[in-house]
Amino acid sequence: MPDGDTRNVLEVRGLRTVFETRRGEVHAVNSVSFEVKPGELLGVVGESGSGKSVTMMSLVGLLPSPPAEVREGKVLLDGEDLLQVTPARLRDIRGSDVGFIFQDPMTSLNPVFTVGFQIMEPVRRHMGLNKKQARARAIELLELVGIPGAAGRLSDYPHQFSGGMRQRVMIAIALACDPKVLIADEPTTALDVTIQAQILEIIEDLRSKLGMAIVWITHDLGVIAGIADRVAVMYGGQIVEHAEVFPLFNDPRHPYTRALLKTIPTVSGKRAAKLQVIEGQPPMLGAAPTACAFRDRCPLAFERCHAENPQRETVGPGHDVACFHPLAHTAKEGAA
Amino acid sequence: MTRPLVEVRNLKMHFPVHAGILRRQVGAVKAVDGVSFDIVEGETLGLVGESGCGKSTCGRAVLRLYDITDGEIIVDGRAIGQESQMSLRTMRPTMQMVFQDPQASLNPRMTVGAIIGEPLSEHTRVSRAERIARVGELMDQVGLNRTFVNRYPHEFSGGQRQRIGIARALALNPKFIVCDEPIAALDVSIQAQVVNLLEELQDRLGLTYLFISHDLSMVRHIADRVAVMYLGKLVELAPRDALYDTPLHPYTEALLSAVPEPDPAKAGQKRDRIVLQGDVPSPANPPDGCNFSTRCPRVMEVCSRIDPEFREVQPGHWAACHLHDSIRPSGTTRRHTEATTMVEPNKESNP
Repeated sequence: MPDGDTRNVLEVRGLRTVFETRRGEVHAVNSVSFEVKPGELLGVVGESGSGKSVTMMSLVGLLPSPPAEVREGKVLLDGEDLLQVTPARLRDIRGSDVGFIFQDPMTSLNPVFTVGFQIMEPVRRHMGLNKKQARARAIELLELVGIPGAAGRLSDYPHQFSGGMRQRVMIAIALACDPKVLIADEPTTALDVTIQAQILEIIEDLRSKLGMAIVWITHDLGVIAGIADRVAVMYGGQIVEHAEVFPLFNDPRHPYTRALLKTIPTVSGKRAAKLQVIEGQPPMLGAAPTACAFRDRCPLAFERCHAENPQRETVGPGHDVACFHPLAHTAKEGAA
Repeated sequence: MTRPLVEVRNLKMHFPVHAGILRRQVGAVKAVDGVSFDIVEGETLGLVGESGCGKSTCGRAVLRLYDITDGEIIVDGRAIGQESQMSLRTMRPTMQMVFQDPQASLNPRMTVGAIIGEPLSEHTRVSRAERIARVGELMDQVGLNRTFVNRYPHEFSGGQRQRIGIARALALNPKFIVCDEPIAALDVSIQAQVVNLLEELQDRLGLTYLFISHDLSMVRHIADRVAVMYLGKLVELAPRDALYDTPLHPYTEALLSAVPEPDPAKAGQKRDRIVLQGDVPSPANPPDGCNFSTRCPRVMEVCSRIDPEFREVQPGHWAACHLHDSIRPSGTTRRHTEATTMVEPNKESNP
């Protein structure tokens, strides 16, 4: 974990994103704040619809507007507020300072262009390299992500690659211009476990080599446990708990985090006779929250939870929770 | 031991590949290539493997949703391997299926009541009133509110839709249900709800499941015995604890070590995990010898020549691997010498 360097490369403050639909507004992201330091990996976990992807896409203006509208907040990339800059400046930042890896490599690569062209495109656009230099850079990148015979594969089309190889190409494109921040949106969800293990290994390796900040979105707590330095848990468009990875897994303080950790079975250790269940459904976000989003599924909810929306409060070093009655320390704490 | 409810012997499902102007058959995709297993009444057999290994095709073939290439299938004492689709209709109420994608497997233009009631009007001669009563009963069983009977599938969430699919599968009181990735499309907190429902129903109705999934941790939870499939063949079949604690096949070992653990302490220790190199070969053109020989960290010289036999290495624990050739229960040790001349495995793996 990087210490000493306390500068944040990316800082998000009070971000709110709303979709205006024919059936009314959907408040997808509600006052989300987080920060990432260089070389650090922040894991963002949550179920589908919890606002993880929308948050990240809001940062660099990837959401179509309308219907999406970023109502409030600040997104500081090295001190520059991305919500205030011109569209042209934002276009320069996307793909160069901020790299994106999406979930499904088949739909995010263009099937009618060669892989080589798609890797060279951002390099030529952002770094101003000529064709020959861009080609050399593309080969270097494909080698970096472990594609054998890189030079020979530049003229191949995406369909000639397997799923895992395509995701490597996506990583190569995201890394093409040495981004300061890499945002990975469920990059291994569409892959098999053995291929996922390969990709995780590459990311670990690249992180130590290139030292960029990574924001890794996933719903898989297992993946997060293995790679993240810090974790933010999202529910109903808000970050409900945020901590370093050990305290989060060993001593979760939000009832949702704890319940989520209990619902997942494992391949080793004790096998539960019955799976724990979080009853009910995730909330619909029709309006700005006026109460705790988890109240209807929370075993500990009381009157105040229905009347007020809890804000994130510090419960330990680097550990904050949005809950009126954060759970007590657990005995397992020493396990870290 | 009780007689198995389902017996599958040497099941093969090959899909022809046609090419050229004359559409001549030039080969076959061997999606399922000689699979054998039994499922005892009341148990859950988990079938795991990566995408494209043939696990879904296997599940569908067992129910004869395909006309199989070869093999024997006996369900509830009746051989259905070669029967015509028409005569199979009388067998359909006994064996049902729950599909992966509840969105795609429910007709968007039918109400929930019509979807759940359809098998009843198709296979039984119940009156309208009886059917409505039975639909209500089924909705109670799967935890759906009876008042939603006239709603359409799009009005439900993913987990509720999967409950509709389960209710439909239960309508005819089946004995055997193939669950084809029933939770893959659902969120973690909803997965647990559906898995608990499936377990409750099994206890209450004495159902037998073939549970197909790529999620090894969920299979460990629900299955009594687990079969691991790779490239159209079973590589290992064992009782749950034996498979997860002492896997015999290198593929099972690699698969288990690739599953990320939701515990940062364990994840830290797992640095010596086995990362398989490369991708699964194409089932249209499988390698010679053992199918796994191209990626196996413990590959030996014999593996690329002779396809290992799927045999009982320990009581109830089956595996298809030359590493276990030396322990032949039948007494023949003809491959013993070959098994000891191991080719040096890839450097990262330490068995």
